[in-house]
Amino acid sequence: MLKIENLHVSYGGIQALRGISLEVPDGKIVTLIGANGAGKSTTLRTITGLVKASSGSIQWNGEELLGKSIDKIIGLGLAMSPEGRRVFADMTVLENLRIGAYLRKDKGEIEKDVHWVYSLFPRLEERSWQLAGTLSGGEQQMLAVGRALMSRPKLMMLDEPSLGLAPLVVQDIFSIIGEINKQGVTVLLIEQNANMALKIADLAYVLETGNITMSGTGAELLANEKVREAYLGKNG
Amino acid sequence: MKKTTTKSTWMLLLSVAALLALVVVLENVLDPNKNIMVFTALKKGAVYALVAVSMNLLNGFTGLFSLGQAGFMLLGAYTYAILTIPTAQRDAVYYLYNGSAVNFSLPELFGGGAFGLVLGVLLALVLGGCVAAAVAWLIGLPVLRLKSDYLAIATLGFGEIIRAVFQWDKLGPVTNGANALKNFPTFSNFNIQNAGGEVVLRLSTFVAFLLAGICVAVIVLLINSTYGRAFKAIRDDEVAAEAMGINLSKHKRLAFVISSFFAGVGGGMFAMFANQAQAKTFTTAMTYEILLIVVIGGIGSVSGSCLAAFLYVAASEWWLRFLDAETFIGGVKVPLLRNGFRMVVFSVVIMIVVLFFRRGIMGDRELPDLFRRRGKEGAAK
Repeated sequence: MLKIENLHVSYGGIQALRGISLEVPDGKIVTLIGANGAGKSTTLRTITGLVKASSGSIQWNGEELLGKSIDKIIGLGLAMSPEGRRVFADMTVLENLRIGAYLRKDKGEIEKDVHWVYSLFPRLEERSWQLAGTLSGGEQQMLAVGRALMSRPKLMMLDEPSLGLAPLVVQDIFSIIGEINKQGVTVLLIEQNANMALKIADLAYVLETGNITMSGTGAELLANEKVREAYLGKNG
Repeated sequence: MKKTTTKSTWMLLLSVAALLALVVVLENVLDPNKNIMVFTALKKGAVYALVAVSMNLLNGFTGLFSLGQAGFMLLGAYTYAILTIPTAQRDAVYYLYNGSAVNFSLPELFGGGAFGLVLGVLLALVLGGCVAAAVAWLIGLPVLRLKSDYLAIATLGFGEIIRAVFQWDKLGPVTNGANALKNFPTFSNFNIQNAGGEVVLRLSTFVAFLLAGICVAVIVLLINSTYGRAFKAIRDDEVAAEAMGINLSKHKRLAFVISSFFAGVGGGMFAMFANQAQAKTFTTAMTYEILLIVVIGGIGSVSGSCLAAFLYVAASEWWLRFLDAETFIGGVKVPLLRNGFRMVVFSVVIMIVVLFFRRGIMGDRELPDLFRRRGKEGAAK
């Protein structure tokens, strides 16, 4: 279980997170929704260690993550699919997947997991030898998710997987996120597409200018009047 | 899939062996005294190929734009020279400083003879690489925090500083000041002689090819390993690479140290090729020559760098030589042909090449890729 308590992060003089606390229980899908600049990506980047926190604590199964280097944190079973996909454009699809397993030493198991990822995303298998930069946006997103899965994470963090994708592709990606979760991977999902995210989430938090203003189950927040007004566009 | 990989590996090994055999045959059939330029170009080409590949590892595969290659070559060249000058020759070489501070020679320590020569030269080359690698490790920590152009400027400055330090008079007993180090074993020491001192089998060019070939092979193995993939990931996207658990500073430093090691070995080989080691030859212009080779060959292509190294050296040293000589046709002096005109033509040729091959001769492909792709297309039809 991932437990964040009273986390403060600032970029220079600007406070991005003003003391947020949240929990990601094992085996669940938890989503963090909010507008641009609310601090969603900062939260993820702080968990992975890409950004340093000024105070607070992030505990993963009782172990403090703040102050650990990124490779240590990834080694503990956390994986991130970064915003904007960021696949390695000049490497093949297969090489991208192999890089995802960079910290693992078990060669035979890695090959098995490549097949597992291919079974989740058959499209990637067809494009196995293609350079990642030549894939379509949707395929690149699938590759980014698959690459993160290659580290065999216990907790998978996804930063806006629906960004810039056609609605049908978004549905594909979300159904696969559900499938991954069913296979036992805990998911922390960051989304602007609140509608989709809340539908599959067990737990949800609403982030506004660095504070958590609301939390509850996905269904509760979907029904909440304020959320509907602010994020689902039901007032017009 | 696996079967074709081993098959192409065998093909590659076979063609490399054939190339080495060809070099031996060529050297023993052609008279080296009448074809000096051919063998100069081949030896220098082999040395430049190695240094270009080492630069490509850093610039093309890891995405670190470093211009310190000549500085690391200098370190390798001096280490090699200082460790291998025969003790009997030391007083003559260091005559301005009343002899050398280093009074041993590796080939002699191994008992001299052919065995001592091979072992001593190899060890001196490796140690030259190690010195370059150690210095790279030291300056890597501060320098590699810089990115792109700033990294280039810092490494360029490093090369200049090294060159100045090695010419410093106070270090004379070790570095011989601004004077050249000479009389150490060169490639021609590997020619096999009979008892009468006659050369029976010429191996000098072969040795240059063999040494460069081994080093390039090691670099290729590294590029195809997990580390190589991590280097490429850093080149493509630093943030994503970090998110995969790749320790950026550690891997960048590793690439820098390995590249410098092979630049150092290349520097030692350059001293063997030039028969002397002198700080003033390892100028920034040399780094640019090597950068040019990397760019012309294709950034991110090992075989491109090798190919371009030979083309570059052959063109600048050999094929365009005639432009430097004043020529008379039927008693009329051909205009423009005079000393230095070669370099003018060469610059124009390079500009034309760069215009037509925007991504270098090979792009980021390798030689075997060309055959493989063609084979695949053939199969599809």
